[in-house]
Amino acid sequence: MRKIGVLALQGAVAEHMRSIAAAGGEPVAVKLTEQLDELDGLIIPGGESTTIGKLMRKYGFMEAIREFSAQGKPLFGTCAGLIVLAKRIEGQEEAHLELMDITVARNAFGRQRESFETDLPVKGIEDPIRAVFIRAPLIKEVSPEVDVLSVYNGEIVTARQGHLLVSSYHPELTDDYRLHAYFLNMAEEAANRKKA
Amino acid sequence: METGTSRVKRGMAEMQKGGVIMDVMNAEQAKVAEAAGATAVMALERVPSDIRAAGGVARMADPTVLEEVMKVVSIPVMAKARIGHFVEAKVLEALGADYIDESEVLTPADEVFHIDKRDFTVPFVCGAKDLGEALRRIQEGASMMRTKGEPGTGNIVEAVRHMRLIMGQLRKVQGMSKDELYHEAKNLGVNYDLLLGVHETGKLPVVNFAAGGVATPSDAALMMHLGADGVFVGSGIFKSDNPEKFARAIVEATTHYQDYKLIAEVSKNLGTPMKGIEISKLDPSQRMQDRGW
Repeated sequence: MRKIGVLALQGAVAEHMRSIAAAGGEPVAVKLTEQLDELDGLIIPGGESTTIGKLMRKYGFMEAIREFSAQGKPLFGTCAGLIVLAKRIEGQEEAHLELMDITVARNAFGRQRESFETDLPVKGIEDPIRAVFIRAPLIKEVSPEVDVLSVYNGEIVTARQGHLLVSSYHPELTDDYRLHAYFLNMAEEAANRKKA
Repeated sequence: METGTSRVKRGMAEMQKGGVIMDVMNAEQAKVAEAAGATAVMALERVPSDIRAAGGVARMADPTVLEEVMKVVSIPVMAKARIGHFVEAKVLEALGADYIDESEVLTPADEVFHIDKRDFTVPFVCGAKDLGEALRRIQEGASMMRTKGEPGTGNIVEAVRHMRLIMGQLRKVQGMSKDELYHEAKNLGVNYDLLLGVHETGKLPVVNFAAGGVATPSDAALMMHLGADGVFVGSGIFKSDNPEKFARAIVEATTHYQDYKLIAEVSKNLGTPMKGIEISKLDPSQRMQDRGW
């Protein structure tokens, strides 16, 4: 069973852990950098990206997660996690991990009263999934290496670049575990590649 | 596409988990709070201890306070409406507040009815002293709960009492047989199905934060140990000697509430916390937690 960490500094940690368990993985709440060694993949959850970014810097997660990524181990960022993984943030000079070659716009749909849920088709998953957008960011630009997995109203909301996966919305707030299963599969492939 | 669904509203509160929400009175304080790592700010004219000192009728803040704060921070901005004052709440929603606190800190506008919170696209947070009160607010559409504590006192004892009581009652309901639940639902004045959900999960269906009297990093960590999903800090930050340092320390103590060495470190040389009030010295008419039911 693949061990998937959920970065547990702030945000929807328990929901991701529940979804990973339901999709057949073993979830681990990650509060310390040392814990990364035992993992096959890591989720950076939704929450407040500014807060999560600050705490990541404070506790040495910036370097540790970049190292984790350099080993080809998969990362999955949802909402705030997407912002944390992006190379560029619109209107901001500094980004966080700068791992995925995308430009994101924060709070792109507006304030909380504009938050919504909808059925969303995702490439590689058979039927649409239920996607919950909460003060959600959008992916404005992607490099050619990035595979766009879904588009909502002409805007990119799910994408993958090799071992990196991101969604603007919150799959962990529903009982549909298929995106988590998709990520578990990425972790499985990465682990097998390493063995080979 | 659907806006304002209960999943969208409750989800917003889920994203606040493990975080600290801070009271701010202007744009400058909001920036300090965001820089310290607050997950949201509560925009108001006066923090609870000032409301206490000022006396008179406490109302919704001037809309310019909310607008100024919304302009300078990217984290969610909350605002308080009086209990039962659905027009104040509609005004806050129209202004773009991300969350409304139907709060006992303000003078109640209605002595019988709380706001019908299902009638809003924005989510609501409400205070509760016990399980029945929490479930009645959730029934009315609250998407997040918090303890009432005794706001503006810098005294954690009441928040502890409320959290202990709610957690104990959750365990009691979880241990009941199904036929006992009907009677308990009547006792608590709540819907049977809602109570059945609590019986099955042992938890409230929404996030529950600690509020009312949090004044030090250890206070925040204590509330996390007792089962809070996160912490509201009102007067505790901007009534302390060094708000920036206090704010950062409370954020760190909330994240790492089991790391006592770290809490010791962040608690060093913080200066004087807000001056507190011993609850027994408080005239009963001054108790805010008794507002709402």
